[in-house]
Parts: sequence; structure tokens; C-alpha cells
Amino acid sequence: MTADLALIWPELILTIGGLITLMIGAFAGDRRVGLYQAVALLVLAGAAVAVVALFGTEASVFSGTLAVDGFGGFAKLIIYAASFVCIAIAPRYFGDTMRAEYSALIVFAALGMGIMASSRDLMTLYVGLELNSLASYVLASFMRGDDRSSEAGLKYFVLGALASGILLFGISLLYGFSGTTDFAGVAAAMTGEVDIGLLFGIVFVIAGLAFKISAVPFHMWTPDVYEGAPTPVTTFFASAPKVAAMALLVRVLIDAMGAEGPALAAWQQIIIFLSLASIILGAVGAIGQKNIKRLLAYSSINNVGFMLIGLAAGTQQGVEAVLTYLLVYVVTTIGAFLFVMQLRDADGRMVESIPAYAGLSKRQPGLAAAMAVFLFSLAAIPPLFGFWPKYLVFEAAVNAGLVPLAFAGVVVSVIGAFYYIAIVKTMYFDDEAEAAIRNDGSRVEGAVIAVSALWLSVIGYLFIPMLAVAAASAASVLF
Amino acid sequence: MISIGHYLAVSAVLFTLGVLGIFINRKNIIVILMAIELILLAVNINLVAFSAALGDLVGQVFAMFVLTVAAGEAAIGLAILVIYFRGRGTIAVDDANRMKG
Repeated sequence: MTADLALIWPELILTIGGLITLMIGAFAGDRRVGLYQAVALLVLAGAAVAVVALFGTEASVFSGTLAVDGFGGFAKLIIYAASFVCIAIAPRYFGDTMRAEYSALIVFAALGMGIMASSRDLMTLYVGLELNSLASYVLASFMRGDDRSSEAGLKYFVLGALASGILLFGISLLYGFSGTTDFAGVAAAMTGEVDIGLLFGIVFVIAGLAFKISAVPFHMWTPDVYEGAPTPVTTFFASAPKVAAMALLVRVLIDAMGAEGPALAAWQQIIIFLSLASIILGAVGAIGQKNIKRLLAYSSINNVGFMLIGLAAGTQQGVEAVLTYLLVYVVTTIGAFLFVMQLRDADGRMVESIPAYAGLSKRQPGLAAAMAVFLFSLAAIPPLFGFWPKYLVFEAAVNAGLVPLAFAGVVVSVIGAFYYIAIVKTMYFDDEAEAAIRNDGSRVEGAVIAVSALWLSVIGYLFIPMLAVAAASAASVLF
Repeated sequence: MISIGHYLAVSAVLFTLGVLGIFINRKNIIVILMAIELILLAVNINLVAFSAALGDLVGQVFAMFVLTVAAGEAAIGLAILVIYFRGRGTIAVDDANRMKG
């Protein structure tokens, strides 16, 4: 037991650190923004250091309910880094309404996501997922006075609770028909012919997890929640939980349902359907959107579809592609949402309407150039780094014999490029909008945008060997 | 004699009622919260029935976790509902339409 505790340092640091953040908020007051923010950032950094220190360790702790391995470590590093950025950018956005709960909730959500990424038992899976979800519902409705924020929170809560209900029903069936909640045990029950009860369990579990990664047909909450939630929270929703839920889905499918035999055939069809539906709806739904946050929501649905292509391959190469895709996607999406946070109109409100970006390249050349990099990268235009993970995903799908799926992905990718390029056109070639937009950003945010834009331009290719080694060692754990 | 099949049938019916309660109900968000509880209780029946049938305690432990999380979920749901009502003055499902597209 004590030996197990030494292996979950990241989780321990986040638990205690989150409680400390909450206590500081309660006793020092919400005005001491610098104090509780610094504590929350330190806690996340500490947890990340602990994850790095545990690299190379492979163990399962607490009677095999939690895995300490490279796969979880890889996901956790991305999750903690994204959470770090989302705490750092919040005070400027919220201004006087900033509260200590924000930092504490993100830390707790990060804890839940870490548990999701390293669970190897249906029970830890559920508890980690709920820890993340409950914190997220509150975060979505964080601007209590704002109609849109409370509506976003309500919609997220109702649909999220329904999704966890569906997931739980599936879990109960998996447990009942395999006799255990352990991933390896469930996989062992699926080696032969897949029982009808287990098949229902697989379908329900995948449906519940598809909601968390906002894959079609469980995406309906995404545009509304992304639009209504405060922008730092939207940044958070678009980055860290996607990583955690995708990592969890990979682990459940490969570890608990098996990467070969009849079980593979059972879940592969579902994933192929989800990925096709997501890339198509994500591309088509984004056309004609006027709100940039709604558009990025459809973009995230689209990107999740591409990740699922890699997962559908069901091979180690496919999982490596998914992990690389996740990292590049998180950097791009954080950069794009930071761009959204930079611009305010004359009244000090956030500018979220795309037509208002007209002629932005003349007033804010640097910012417009960075956004152009993010958009071209999302559209996977070759010299930019966004091209690389998409290539890996298609390569994995082709190697696994899923040529039609990869082909459909390439075709839809072209359709998707249309609306990304339309924004670039608005920024660069349209006449300047009437209303003056000013850049309200801080130096830190500018630096984050600049670094991510630089990394996504050609510089990212220098990191490919490093990234390949990291993704390979993370994915090899599951095979 | 009541077999595991009977329990599964009851829980499947409850689960379906809960899901339908969320989608068909167009009146009141409180009813949606009740439907969510119904879904979780259907899961609990499943877990406990399987646990008894398998002679394995894990299912009952799991049911305890589900109960605890359900309590937290209901608390957060009601809290969000309260701030929503304060802003809008209504909890009708059809009025939650500030965002469209």
C-alpha cells in the first residue's frame, strides 16, 4: 500500500494542491488572484515533474485499478500543460469576477483526467471521468450572471449526465457478462465468440465515451457549450478533456476489448462509423458559422473524427498516430482560442464574430499571421505541422487495410479546408471592418501564441524524431 | 423464482424510461434531473443483481460509488438550475434557446 502511494505522486500533488488552492480562496479571499493562481500553477508544474520522474516505471497500483505507465504519462503531460495555460490566461478575461474556485476546479478536473488516462479498471474509469465532468459542469456556467454561460452549463450538465448514465449502463453489462471490472479480465472474456450482453456493453460504453470526445452522433452539446462558456473555459474544454477522453477510449478499446479477434471486429465498425460521421458533420456544419467559437467547436468535432481514423486501425502504429495528433491538435487549438481572447471591441467586449475580423491583417499583422498559421495547420496544408499527424493517421489506416476510410478522410479534409481558408480570406483580403478592434492581450499570452505558431510552422518538423520515440514508447505499453 | 433475467428486464425498462424522460419531456428541467436519477438507479439494480448472481462483491462496491457520485451530480445540477432560473425566470426546456446554429 505505501509502495503504491509512492507511484501516484502526480495524483497526490494535485489532490492536496487543489484543496490548498480552495482553502486559500476561502480564507484569503477571491481578490488575492496572484496568490491562488501561483499555487495552482505550481501544483500543476509539480505534478508534471512527478510524471516525468515516473517515466520508465511500469506498474499497476491499488489492486490493479490504476496503471502507472508511459501511455498515461504521455497523456498526463499534455493534460497538465493545457490546464496550466488555461489557469494562466483566466484572470485577464474574468477581471473583477475572477474567483479562486476557477483555479481549484481546473486542478481537480486535471486530477480526474489524469485518473481517466491511467485507469485500468472500469471503476477507476468511472470515478475519474465523473471527477472531470462534475468540475467541467461548474466551469461551463462559471459566469453566473451571463445568460449564455448558465445555459451552456445547463445543457452540458443534462447531456453529460445522460452520457455518463449510458456509459455506466454499458459498464454494468460488461461487468455482469465478464464477471470482473478489470480491463484485462474483460478482455479475457472477449477472446472467444463475443456474447450478446458484452456486445451491448461495448456499444453503450463507446457511446458514453463518444460524448466526451464529442464524436458524431453525440456531438450536439459541443457548439452550444463552446459558444456559451467563458473563453478560457472553452479553451480548456477543447484541449485537456479531449486528450483524457481519447486516451481513455484508446485504453478501453485496446486493453479491455482487445486488439484482435472478434472483439476488434465488433468495436472497429462502431469507431469507423463515428469517425466518418464526425469528419463529415464537422466539415459541413462549420460552413456558414459566424461565431468563431462555434466554428472552432465544429473544427474540434472534425479533428476528433481524424483521430478516430487512427484508432480504427487498432494497431500500435494507429495509436502512435492518435497520440501525435492529440499533441499537435492541443497546441493548435490553444493557440486559436488565445487568438480569440486577444481582441476586444470599443466597449471592451470580446470579439467573437468572424465578419468583425475583416482587414485584421492591417491593424494586427502579427496576430493575424499567427491565426493564419493555426488555421492552415488545422486544414493540414503541407508545409505546416498540422499536416504531419493527419499523414500519420492516414498511413496507419492504409496499413491496417482501411483504404476507403483513409480516402474518405482525405476528401473531407479538402472540404474542411474551405472554411478555414475563408477566415484567412476575411482577415487578409476583406476591407477593414468599421468597428475598431484593439489587441488587449498580455505579454504572456502573446508569447504563448508566438511559440505555438512558430512550433506549428516548419520548426515542428525538427521535433518529429523526438515525438516519434515518445509516441512509440507510450503506445507500446498497450500492445 | 426471480432470476437475473427479471432484474435485467426491470433495469432495462427503467433505463429506457429515463432516456425517454430526457428526450420526450418538453416542459420542465426538474423532470430531466429525475430522469437522470432513474437512469443511475437502473444501473444500480443491474450492478447489485449481477453482484448477487456472480457472488462477487465488486458490483456492490461499484453501486456505492454510483450512489455517491449521483448525489454530487444532483447537487451540481440543481445549483446550475438555480443560477439559470435567476437569469431567465423560467425552467421550461423550450426556453433554453439563447444559442442556435
